[in-house]
Amino acid sequence: MTGLIADFLPALRDAARPVPDGVTDGAGRPAGRRFDVYRNNVAVSLIEAMETGFPAVARLIGSRNFRHLARGFAVAHPPRTPVMMGYGQAFPGYLAGMEALAHVPYLPDVARLELALRGSYHAADHVPLTPDALAAIPPERLEDTRLPLAPSVRLLRSDWPIVEIWAYTMRDGAPKPAGTGQDVAVLRQGFDPEPVALPAGGFAFLRALQSGAPLGRATELALQDTPDFDPGASLGLLLGHGALCQPEDLP
Amino acid sequence: MSTTLKTAALVGAVATAIAAHGTAASAMEKEKCYGVSLAGQNDCAAGPGTTCAGTSTVDYQGNAWTLVDAGTCAEIDLPGDRMGSLEPLDRDLPQT
Repeated sequence: MTGLIADFLPALRDAARPVPDGVTDGAGRPAGRRFDVYRNNVAVSLIEAMETGFPAVARLIGSRNFRHLARGFAVAHPPRTPVMMGYGQAFPGYLAGMEALAHVPYLPDVARLELALRGSYHAADHVPLTPDALAAIPPERLEDTRLPLAPSVRLLRSDWPIVEIWAYTMRDGAPKPAGTGQDVAVLRQGFDPEPVALPAGGFAFLRALQSGAPLGRATELALQDTPDFDPGASLGLLLGHGALCQPEDLP
Repeated sequence: MSTTLKTAALVGAVATAIAAHGTAASAMEKEKCYGVSLAGQNDCAAGPGTTCAGTSTVDYQGNAWTLVDAGTCAEIDLPGDRMGSLEPLDRDLPQT
């Protein structure tokens, strides 16, 4: 690529670059202002995509702060595909690298949670395991039974109470965050992803199930992580949120 | 853990999970009713590039940046004294 085409894209993404030579108004005159309007609309559409995708981060730092950050992010990380629903995957890392945001250390994790919620929303549907089907598994087969997690399940660990921070930011009447780090599962029953704080050992258990481990092995791994792990609480959580798939080899 | 013990633990866990499901299921249905209004109130779960995301409008290029502590995070204080408030974002930000 040479000339106009080679200059066009970089100039479109970065307002600090000059209007590329050859952008004219149809009568042969330079059309710098038109290019500026176009360039600005590209930037604003990306900023608005970010604000749509990260509403909790935006509320935590305020809309103007967020839009300023998002503008810088859009220059540093332009979209790689025309499909915008996944845009912003690099945002948590971008936030973590901002020295000016060091006083809000939980912000990157809130962004990760928002990406997980969005990813969960767009994940494939599944047929939830019913309590009857679970009860029908013969006891001697339980240990070797694989209960796959729904494709919409997302797992996160944070040093901060991010479910509470997210809820306080996004939901009227949610209590002020208190407490410490949380393991989180995003569970989607029907169409609405919901962040749920996991009980101790739950993260290791769910991660094992997610990677295809049978129930016995998943329980062992969770017990190694948390000696007083209670498989009943985690299984109940998954069953209650419809987050287990109906296995193919069950009656 | 021996296989017998593990099987017993799993049988117990499954029983617990199924017993809890009866109470959880009724609570869940109620939540489903609220789901509609929550979706309208919250920003769209589908994110950008979908029909529930807004379309672009013209904004002013750069320069409109002012220092504000408009965010919710200034209200949150968590254990550890560095959580108090959001410092103004007055340095190290990319200039556009």
